[in-house]
Amino acid sequence: MSHVVIIGNGISGVTAARHIRKNSDYEITIISAETDHFWSRTALMYIYMGHMKFEHTKPYEDWFWKKNKINLVNDYVEKINTQEKSLELIKKGEFSYDQLILATGAKPNKFGWPGQDLKGVSGMVSYQDLRYIEKYTKGIERGVIVGGGLIGVELAEMLRSKDIDVTFLVREKKFWNNVLPHQDACIISNHIKEHHVDLRLGSELKEILPDENGRVKAVVTSEGDEIPCQFVGLTAGVQPNIDLAKASGIETGRGILVNEYLETSVKDVYSVGDCAERREPLPNRRPIEQVWYTGRMMGETVAQTITENKTAYRPGNWFNSAKFFDIEYQTYGWVWNQLKDNEKEFYWEHESGKKCMHFIFDRETKLFLGVNTFGIRLRHECFDKWLTEKRDIFHVLENLRKANFDPEFFNRHEQQIAEAFNKQYPDNTIKLKGKKSLLEAIFG
Amino acid sequence: MKAIKTTGLVLFIIGFGIFIGSFFIESYVVTENLLQNRVGDKAELVKRNSDVVGKTFSNSFSLVRDLDEAFNAVNKVQLDAFGITDKEVNKIAVQNEGSFEISSLDQVFDDSETGTYKKKTFRDYGGWLDGREFGSKEEMQQQIANVANNIKLYQIVNEKGFDKYKVKDLKYSLTKASSTGLVSGSPGLFLFLTYIVCIVGALLYILPKIKDAPPGIKNNGLFHKAMTSVGWLGILTGTFLILFYIILYFYPEYMTSWIITVDPVSQFLKGSDAGRFFLYGFIYTLCILVMGVRMIIKYRHSKYQMVRTMSVMFFQTAFAFLIPEILLKLNQPYFDFKNIWPLDYDFFFDNELNTLMANGGLGIFMLGWGIALIILGVPVFVYFFGKRWYCSWVCGCGGLAETLGDPYRQLSDKSVKAWKIERWMIHAVLAFAVVMTGGVLYTYWTGSSQILGVSSYDVRSVYGAWIGAGFAGVVGTGFYPIMGNRVWCRFGCPLAAYLGLVQRFKSRFRITTNGGQCISCGNCSTYCEMGIDVRWYAQRGQNIVRSSCVGCGVCSSVCPRGVLNLEVKDEEGRFGKPILLGNDGVKLQS
Ligand SMILES: Cc1cc2nc3c(=O)[nH]c(=O)nc-3n(C[C@H](O)[C@H](O)[C@H](O)COP(=O)(O)OP(=O)(O)OC[C@H]3O[C@@H](n4cnc5c(N)ncnc54)[C@H](O)[C@@H]3O)c2cc1C
Ligand code: SF4
Repeated sequence: MSHVVIIGNGISGVTAARHIRKNSDYEITIISAETDHFWSRTALMYIYMGHMKFEHTKPYEDWFWKKNKINLVNDYVEKINTQEKSLELIKKGEFSYDQLILATGAKPNKFGWPGQDLKGVSGMVSYQDLRYIEKYTKGIERGVIVGGGLIGVELAEMLRSKDIDVTFLVREKKFWNNVLPHQDACIISNHIKEHHVDLRLGSELKEILPDENGRVKAVVTSEGDEIPCQFVGLTAGVQPNIDLAKASGIETGRGILVNEYLETSVKDVYSVGDCAERREPLPNRRPIEQVWYTGRMMGETVAQTITENKTAYRPGNWFNSAKFFDIEYQTYGWVWNQLKDNEKEFYWEHESGKKCMHFIFDRETKLFLGVNTFGIRLRHECFDKWLTEKRDIFHVLENLRKANFDPEFFNRHEQQIAEAFNKQYPDNTIKLKGKKSLLEAIFG
Repeated sequence: MKAIKTTGLVLFIIGFGIFIGSFFIESYVVTENLLQNRVGDKAELVKRNSDVVGKTFSNSFSLVRDLDEAFNAVNKVQLDAFGITDKEVNKIAVQNEGSFEISSLDQVFDDSETGTYKKKTFRDYGGWLDGREFGSKEEMQQQIANVANNIKLYQIVNEKGFDKYKVKDLKYSLTKASSTGLVSGSPGLFLFLTYIVCIVGALLYILPKIKDAPPGIKNNGLFHKAMTSVGWLGILTGTFLILFYIILYFYPEYMTSWIITVDPVSQFLKGSDAGRFFLYGFIYTLCILVMGVRMIIKYRHSKYQMVRTMSVMFFQTAFAFLIPEILLKLNQPYFDFKNIWPLDYDFFFDNELNTLMANGGLGIFMLGWGIALIILGVPVFVYFFGKRWYCSWVCGCGGLAETLGDPYRQLSDKSVKAWKIERWMIHAVLAFAVVMTGGVLYTYWTGSSQILGVSSYDVRSVYGAWIGAGFAGVVGTGFYPIMGNRVWCRFGCPLAAYLGLVQRFKSRFRITTNGGQCISCGNCSTYCEMGIDVRWYAQRGQNIVRSSCVGCGVCSSVCPRGVLNLEVKDEEGRFGKPILLGNDGVKLQS
């Protein structure tokens, strides 16, 4: 019987294990050095903020693994001997495998800033990071966050929840402007400020200064401002964990290189999730995709291949979501921060300045390409279908009512959105389909 | 802002302190008049056999103890006087050889008052012995002794003394009426110092939260605070609630000063003094209203939550509290139009049915209304809206859970084990309720109380004490800070079980999962008051269709990725449809 060993108990490794179990009776072992059980690092912020305890973030109860005959080993893998098909673990020593999945995830970027290893400076990825941040932000006055991505804004919310002042250094002109179009980035930037975050746009970290005990006492920005603080969060992106693969003779680039079947350069060794890099990226997609969903899908896929149903990794239409303090964000299809030559946009913003929708479509064919939505939930199923069926923007807007996923009684905006579109594109007016909700009918 | 909140908190603590204090500060004097008034001609006996009358008691505990002693003393004296002694039993036995002749009593008892009484009661209780043959003397003597004993137990205590129900009643009514001191002197003042001060304090504490931060989910620190994470404050609160319920249901005689405090409200509403359940309803309604305001502020970004909260506030205030009291004032039967059997477990009790039927058109309408809710309201509304139409929009227990209980929703147990226990328990209670009601109706129609050797009266009083009071009240609310705010609704409520069966098998309601957007964070499961592991389904892209779901919508509110939505749609596609997780390479079946 084949023994599948998975390194890393994050979403990608665990999903692979679950689906291998569904399809086979192979022996399965997950080795991971971070926590005994799979937990959801996406919920890290909620543990810090006291919304949940660590226990709550475990997607499966502890009995689940035994019941499904998935062995868990808490250990660190130092080396892979791909010839003998064995691993060297720090505590357990040698450990053999028949097939190996590298799901080692990612770690925070550090760009060699002076002072980046001082006490009170931390990235935010692991369980250990969480406990470290808890310890070093207890009772402090100000924290500085470096790098304006999704993890940075989560860290800002975390610190603000404990009334800690936050200075947020963001290189871009607007928050997350390297991903979001200008209008969307403005909405989020304003909202971050509404939460009393000292958001410094276009500002970078130059240096972190220590006090006499080797603990951070201030940062110096690219403009030369010195900001006193007791904690620094480094959230300028993550990089794949490739040290193990590299040391074991598996080909790596920025990540562990894999083909469309998620196979690495070595036979019977696969790689999935945050650490994997596609040799030939799919159209429009990056070679390294570090989000929860792609990790999950790679896990689902590699499980097929390992259980003798060779399957290429073929994710469907792109989607993603996030939350910036109180504003939820979802995206379906492709919305780039800059319009491409063939693209046109339709942007609608609610008068509150907290909701907007940003549609992208093809200039010529009017083909719908993607949407960003803030403060209004949209239905994955509808957009997935419209993207797959290659619908045009008119069809999407006309049927927008169907795609609304907000709870009952919420204010509906489809009418306004349609009117705004007709105003902006008077040559191509659309007529909203579907019934008004009862409340809309009553209150307009 | 902080200052206002602190002021509010201080006010609340003061009000609450006075509330607790008022429990202890009254003294009690049972005057002759009062005693006469409550026990009639037995007053003399009480006076002769105890010294409660005229004595000043500094607390209700000593008064109640002395009253107990007094009634016991009277009972003892009466038993001695009117009970058939062992000697007399012997004598009767001696008079009879082989078979028993009732006329032999004349030989034993004279024509004095007690003698006549003993003869009469023996005839009533032991008439069936007349002419009976006995195998032995001992056997006959045994039977005679049994008869004598039954007379003591069921007749003398009842007629000449005080039986346990009367004792309970008298302890309560005498304590309440004999109360003297600050509270009974000026109940209005105490009404102000406790309730008004508490309400103002609570609102001052709650209202400034609007300014704390922009609208949105803010469960900050819930697992760090002693109140909301089963810390000392939570346990203390739970203990208080449990004690409150135990006193309310089983020892109301100790809480009379609390009841006196709300007499003015009761007088205002229905023109008579308050009873313990008036007090309960009053506090209950206030909790729902004040904590409802908190709920609305907390979830002010969600219209669903706001509307739903206003709905429970309305139904509690109007349907559960005001309308029944007003009906009383109009000399109509007390009736809560939104309470449904089997939650309303005494709906079919003979006294309830008789009251309704004795009240003409309105009474009959009420009866019909109640039955229609059971057989039409439940299935039809659950089919169209899910069980939430009742459990989190209308019901009083649900109303309290969703308002007062909201800070504790994260404490429910999400394990599969808890789910198993839940299914057993809630359906067992449903079965118990059905059997109990069946027995009660059998007795109602046939007039016979014995079914298979069990008295339907015993069954219903066991149900009332253990389920109605113990489970729904003491455990259901007392355990809010320990096991979450829906302990009763989840493990005990028979109506929830019935609604749940319909919801599971025949309803358009489900929680839709938004494709592949779940990040398995666990907020939904954590904040599910019913202990449903919502994430289990959501992370596989499955809809959530569970009989226990009360549709509070909080999973949808707390989900940071917009994954969950309460929907009513075609039944088709509730279960088992191919799921969308965004992976085109692999087709997964739910
Ligand atoms: C704070 C935060 C919030 C996020 N929020 C979102 C979000 O909202 N949406 C989203 O799509 N994505 C989000 N992400 C990204 C998402 O969490 C990751 O893409 C995902 O967790 C990657 O999963 P993985 O299984 O590839 O790796 P990981 O979850 O990183 O797991 C890798 C595991 O392997 C272990 N490991 C590595 N090397 C070894 C070794 N040699 N021996 C033993 N064990 C080893 C590591 O300790 C780790 O436990 C977030 C990430 C973070 C940090
Ligand atoms: S709260 Fe939302 S994202 Fe989190 S586990 Fe539940 S459904 Fe998934």
